[in-house]
Amino acid sequence: MTTPPKAPPSEWQYVAAAYGVVFVFVLAWVAIIGAKLQRLQRQLGELVHQARDRG
Amino acid sequence: MTYAADVVALARKDLLLELRAKETLPAMLLFVVSSLAIFHFALPAGTSHDAALGLLWVALVFTALLGLTRAFVPEREQGLFDALVLAPCDRSAIWLGKAIAVLAFLVAAEIVALPAFAAFFSGIDGRTVVAVALADVGICTVGTLLGAMAVAGQARELLLPLLFLPLAIPIVVGGVGASAGAGSRYLLFLLLYDAVFSLLAWASFEYVVAEQ
Amino acid sequence: MRDVRGLDRTTAVSTAAVLLLGAALGLIFFYVPTDADQGFSQRIFYFHVPIALTSYVCFGWGAWKALRVLRTGDERADLESYVSIHLGVVFGALTLLTGSIWARASWGVWWTWSEDQLVLFLVLFLFYCAYFMLRFSVAPGRSRSNMSAVYALFGVVLIPVSFLAIRLSKEFIHPVVFTSHGPQMAASQFATFCVAWAALLLLYATLYRVELAGKRVDASLRELRELLT
Repeated sequence: MTTPPKAPPSEWQYVAAAYGVVFVFVLAWVAIIGAKLQRLQRQLGELVHQARDRG
Repeated sequence: MTYAADVVALARKDLLLELRAKETLPAMLLFVVSSLAIFHFALPAGTSHDAALGLLWVALVFTALLGLTRAFVPEREQGLFDALVLAPCDRSAIWLGKAIAVLAFLVAAEIVALPAFAAFFSGIDGRTVVAVALADVGICTVGTLLGAMAVAGQARELLLPLLFLPLAIPIVVGGVGASAGAGSRYLLFLLLYDAVFSLLAWASFEYVVAEQ
Repeated sequence: MRDVRGLDRTTAVSTAAVLLLGAALGLIFFYVPTDADQGFSQRIFYFHVPIALTSYVCFGWGAWKALRVLRTGDERADLESYVSIHLGVVFGALTLLTGSIWARASWGVWWTWSEDQLVLFLVLFLFYCAYFMLRFSVAPGRSRSNMSAVYALFGVVLIPVSFLAIRLSKEFIHPVVFTSHGPQMAASQFATFCVAWAALLLLYATLYRVELAGKRVDASLRELRELLT
């Protein structure tokens, strides 16, 4: 009993993969910008704190 | 007139320095011959003439890279760069003089390498020699500009190959095409490459060395 | 006042990008008929080629800003050139990925040297990755922005030269004669392609503006901290 050869993925799966790659990229970019925004927010908060301490 | 005199003086200075120090040229010669020896063992027995010719181009590009990496090192190490930039000459003359000096080293290395290749592998025809000469011009003009950039970086020996190799791909295409005997259009292509990139390098060099 | 208007423009561009991207996806999957020759996988084309063209636009815009750096020594143009080339490399990587998937779907291989666009993008990808190496290894300042600008200009000259080289190289790698006849597209296919390209150009514009704003805020914050301490 030999196992039947695995069927090659059909075409729509490749199309989905191609568009998925683009989607994942945009998502990753949003994540990176989000992280950056968070860092900027924290730094700005520190600066406001410093400025307030000075009077 | 003075521009040409400046260029000649600068190129002469580099060649005289090399004659005294004997650093770059022996290294290039040894490198190119030993890489040809390596290629003999890398190629399986009975490979075609074209495969060996392709490797010749690889050897030439890497040998040129070796010379280009060293090109601006003396200036950097002895702090001569600022003096050169302040010298009352057109800055592109520095580039041209350096390119001519590197070209001289490369041609000297090839005078040994091409006969060695012919002896180790198979003969080379006139078209290959012309292609090598044309490629040398492109390699030296572009490489000298990139070399001036690379010495400003922290990892100078590492940076130059990264900057240079993508730009060398068209040269290899033209060179291999010409030596594989596929017509003179590859020689024309090399000529075009030389013209376009020499002009660009000549025009942009002053920005690369401006106020370090 | 100026910042507020800048933000408004970014909002407008990003809204348009979202709308057009939605429209493009709708056209690609629900409107355009399946290609008779190449089947369903031809739908990758509607994103793959516009992404590639957008990548050229990124490099071109980066080089244009680089020219400004060299002519005026403008620090803002240096940042703009860098951000544009950075996005160009990202779009280039996407071109390589989607092209590779397309090659797998239609020819059964992940990579083919006979596809001009793919090989050209490999060369450009390597070239512009070296741009980042150059930028990160030189200390910031006038000299770095000049060098980056010169390298960016070399890039736009390398694009046509490499394209010519790749076309020429086919002759000795593949002995088949490659004639260049333009793709014959139906009107509906061409319309879909145009909408997709416009959508991706707007996506680029959005990413460019947001990333630039982020970098500028970062720089201003650093300056502010130096002023306060």
